Amino acid sequence: MTEAYIYDAVRTPRGKGKSDGSLHEITPVNLAAQVLEAVRDRNNIDSSEVEDIAFGCVSPVGEQGAVVTRSAILQAGYAETTSGIQVNRFCGSGLEASNIAAAKVMAGECDMAIGGGVEHMSRVPMGSDGGAMATDPAVAIANYFVPQGVSADLIATKYGFSRDDLDAYAVESHKRAAKAWAEGRFDKSIVPVKDILGLTVLDKDETIRPDTNMQSLGALNPSFKMMGENFGFDNVANQRYPGIEKIKHVHHAGNSSGIVDGAAAILIGNKETGERLGLKPRARIRSMASIGSEPTIMLTGPEFAAQKALKRAGMNVNDIDIYELNEAFAAVVLRFMQALEIDHSNINVNGGAIAMGHPLGATGAMILGTMVDELERADKETSLVTLCIGGGMGTATIIERV
Amino acid sequence: MSYNNFTLETDADGIVTMIIDVPDQTMNVWTPDFINEFDTFIDDFNANDDMKGLVVTSGKANAFLAGADLNMMSEHNAAGKALTKEAFEDSRKLTLALRKMENGGWTTRQIQREGKKAKPAAAAIEGLALGGGLEICLATHQRFVADNPKIKLGLPEVMVGLLPGAGGTQRTMRLMGLQPAAMMCTQGKNLNPQKAKAQGLVHEVVEAGTTAEAAKAWVKANIEKGVVAPWDVKGFKIPGGGGAMNPKSVQFFMASGAMALEQTKRNYPAVEAILSCLYEGSIVPMDTALLIESKYITKLLMGATSKNMIRTLFLNKNAADKGAGRPEGVPPQDIKKVGVLGCGLMGAGIAHVTAKAGMEVISLDRNMEEAQKAIAYSQKILDKKVKRGRMTQEKADAFLALITPTDDYNMLKDVDLIIEAVFERPDVKADVIKKTEAVIGKDIVFATNTSTLPIGGLAKNSSRPDQYIGMHFFSPVDKMPLLEIIPHEGTGDLALAVALDYNKKIRKTPIIVKDVRGFFTNQVFPPYINEAALMVTEGVSMALIENCAANLGLPIGPLAVSDDTTLKLGYDIMKSTQEEMGDKYVPTGAEEFIENMVTKWDRGGRRLGAGFYNYDENGKRLDLWKGMTKHYPLAETQPSAEEVSQRLLYSLVAPSARTYAEGVVPNPQSADLGAIFGLGFPPYTGGPLSYIDTIGLDAYVATADMLAQRHGARFTPPKLLRDMAKKGETFYKDSTPSKHKTYTKSALNRMLEVEVVKIANAMGIAASVDDLKADTVAKVLAAQAGETVA
Repeated sequence: MTEAYIYDAVRTPRGKGKSDGSLHEITPVNLAAQVLEAVRDRNNIDSSEVEDIAFGCVSPVGEQGAVVTRSAILQAGYAETTSGIQVNRFCGSGLEASNIAAAKVMAGECDMAIGGGVEHMSRVPMGSDGGAMATDPAVAIANYFVPQGVSADLIATKYGFSRDDLDAYAVESHKRAAKAWAEGRFDKSIVPVKDILGLTVLDKDETIRPDTNMQSLGALNPSFKMMGENFGFDNVANQRYPGIEKIKHVHHAGNSSGIVDGAAAILIGNKETGERLGLKPRARIRSMASIGSEPTIMLTGPEFAAQKALKRAGMNVNDIDIYELNEAFAAVVLRFMQALEIDHSNINVNGGAIAMGHPLGATGAMILGTMVDELERADKETSLVTLCIGGGMGTATIIERV
Repeated sequence: MSYNNFTLETDADGIVTMIIDVPDQTMNVWTPDFINEFDTFIDDFNANDDMKGLVVTSGKANAFLAGADLNMMSEHNAAGKALTKEAFEDSRKLTLALRKMENGGWTTRQIQREGKKAKPAAAAIEGLALGGGLEICLATHQRFVADNPKIKLGLPEVMVGLLPGAGGTQRTMRLMGLQPAAMMCTQGKNLNPQKAKAQGLVHEVVEAGTTAEAAKAWVKANIEKGVVAPWDVKGFKIPGGGGAMNPKSVQFFMASGAMALEQTKRNYPAVEAILSCLYEGSIVPMDTALLIESKYITKLLMGATSKNMIRTLFLNKNAADKGAGRPEGVPPQDIKKVGVLGCGLMGAGIAHVTAKAGMEVISLDRNMEEAQKAIAYSQKILDKKVKRGRMTQEKADAFLALITPTDDYNMLKDVDLIIEAVFERPDVKADVIKKTEAVIGKDIVFATNTSTLPIGGLAKNSSRPDQYIGMHFFSPVDKMPLLEIIPHEGTGDLALAVALDYNKKIRKTPIIVKDVRGFFTNQVFPPYINEAALMVTEGVSMALIENCAANLGLPIGPLAVSDDTTLKLGYDIMKSTQEEMGDKYVPTGAEEFIENMVTKWDRGGRRLGAGFYNYDENGKRLDLWKGMTKHYPLAETQPSAEEVSQRLLYSLVAPSARTYAEGVVPNPQSADLGAIFGLGFPPYTGGPLSYIDTIGLDAYVATADMLAQRHGARFTPPKLLRDMAKKGETFYKDSTPSKHKTYTKSALNRMLEVEVVKIANAMGIAASVDDLKADTVAKVLAAQAGETVA
């Protein structure tokens, strides 16, 4: 089978996902188009060489609807022969889109493709697309649906993580993110976002608070307590996990991922085309995997996706130099570390979504790019990138520096 | 044309008044014959130009229409039977007839594109309209209700495991909006006319006796222009934010799903089905919505839950409440005045329910101070009602005036019945019998309230043992719905008749039980408590035990209820039983544990400040006692939730089956009613014996044998059940025998593997416990599907 190589990775800085966020004025199509323009222009390639583009987007409705990828392709001035597809695997969308691009290269369908994602959460709020999972009684009741926050609290309760454990993790996320920025670790991939006049509106992640500490986090109220206790969701989770006496509500705005706007793109192609275009491969895709897991606890999928990807690559946990797991909720990462016995120093080394935010459809591609940069910077060989996913799923990709 | 179930009167304007008067029924109900006739009439009405409009009303004084005949629903219950397309179409006759009344027999396309209209139809409601009775009203175009707050309008189908399947879910939603419709259909609560109007369910509340007139006037005014139901007009929106696809509805459906799950634990499929009808039905036009509703109710009728609920909670309960088992030869006894001996918690409670039923009460205790406690008890309850506006002060005063506290036995001389509820000691009881019999009339029945003492033994103290009988009330008396009536061997017909006649007045559900230790309920309940205690000693997580009980649909976990009744009480009873029985005492295995809890670890129960749970100083339940694991460490491998649930359930079912086999209760109905209304056995099962019928006797015997092997002989099924299983018999004649049963996937998933294997084997499928359970389930389902097609 053809090998798939990553030639480039770019992302926008993440803007606060509210109406006072810096990216609020930019349309989702424009945001997506800016990363596509960057990929083309930085690498100086004829856009017609990019045959297909897959973008993740979790709320593909309204101005993000109707295959946002195709609109972005046209907006970015790509050749009209470049086709686009919009992918939704909830929080795993961005990584899944990259995997699809890689798979197209591996299968010989495309010589050069782009995977990535966009989510403009301040303009198209989470949940705008509705769906049966949470609301159709035939689906929600039968599968003991609970909101993600309750699932995250269930993980913390079941696997014994205290509020302090989670807060300490969150403090470290901000520290690492701040340090990474200070040291310029993101410089290679950041594409400042410009307005229609060409002026820069954002060139740095907007939600990092380096001074976050245990005390400031301690003042925050749990976010999912009312939902859990007053609307029956704790009881629903308890029915599925009867061994648990009472769910402890330990997650809050400070130890969960932030709501932000952003887009990312990964240029993936085969060896020959890269050589022909004079591109230098930066990483090779070793393996990819997706898996379903128990949907009520919902967010334990990365453990199983990681094991599946490792098995496919013929590797074991220790063969990976650095791990990157999306910080959807602190307990998700702590559980992953506990399950696979991974040291904190080997995971999310440059911080994550707790500090920088989680633009749902784009995050997977963003953190994949972060690892491409980090392998080069730290002179390491292998990385496993994974995300927990709504509905009980996990997606993982293993890359190797070339 | 003339009809059996209604008469028609046509006036000069061509307005037809349909007066519903279903023969041989005290209240109007939908019977198959009535449905057929109604369908025929509506076709005629729509086609016949001489009939210009319709007023639907009732010929019965007491009610408009009380719903479907549950006997019919029970007989037509398709549980375990194959369904044909024809049978399904036939089952929709009422739904479709009502729809034809609503849309004049036109299609929605004809209405919206060609301007076709229905002839006006209005309902004139002078009495209660429940279930199918309300649904016919909702299918008319205008509803007029008499201004009488006692008139109940409601859709109670959910109480027997069904849904309002003649358009009820769809029309309430389209009239009131999602949330009010969900409340009405999933809770089964009634509205009075004013509330119904406020919520948009009816149009006008008019003076009683004038509804027909008002309805006729409305019909007359609409004959010319004709009528179209609001939901058949293009662009119709469900009130209050639209249907399920409206973003505003997301929160409602998320929360209602979780809250339904919290309440039902997936044990009551009707609640889920109703929410599905609302969700799915709100997205599509009326005709499709009605089709969806029909399919959901058919699914419910094909499941065991509705059949079990109708049988036990309605048919059998009604029969018992009316006095089933009452000796025939004794004329009805009019009990006006009751002497209640003892004014403790039980005596005061008995006095309260007796007065509540309008009877005079003489509450006697050894001194006036004690006797006053009967007054204080009722006073407290009544004050609360007055405070909350549920009762007027005058009524409360009149209620209290019925109870006369006294310490003078002479006050008992003209009572019609004695109920004694003094301290549970034979010598105390003997003394009271003697003093009372010296005063009361010689024909007066003497009932003793006891939960433990054999009635025959106490009767020896009576000079009229044939008039002596046991009554086991449950605490709190004013809340608990069951009464165990215990004739001893020498009890005569009169005593039993009086007990049942008295019970009818206080409106409890009675079961007649043999005079053996523990009667029925106190033989069934302790094994359940013990099983939970044993599991704790085996290292099973206490949270797992409590949550599994909750998931089974038990109102309270076994550890919490142990705390509430106190382990101390259990300990005392255990000690006295051991003493009395001597060598014959059969150890439960939990003796040492209970002794330790009570005497060594100071955890005697809630009242004593600590038990399985911790409590705050006000007795509020906090968390489970973590110190337990010091004495009984948690087992490294915890049993599956399925195993724990099964063990808890069978700990109640096994003694129910045993007591039935031993003749402690005269029939399966009594065991089922006793367990549900006395012990909180999950109502959706229809009771422990209905549960056995549902899973099949052979599956029960197999599982009970397996549990006996694993956990002890207490689970061993009695010989009677083995014999019944062998012969393919069932407890109830309307139950489907095992070999003709069909099972739903969720039912199979709930069962233990051994049960599923047994079922598979009975169907001729090679399966064993070594196979994956999911595979066996799939095979059973596939085999059933094959059967259904054939």
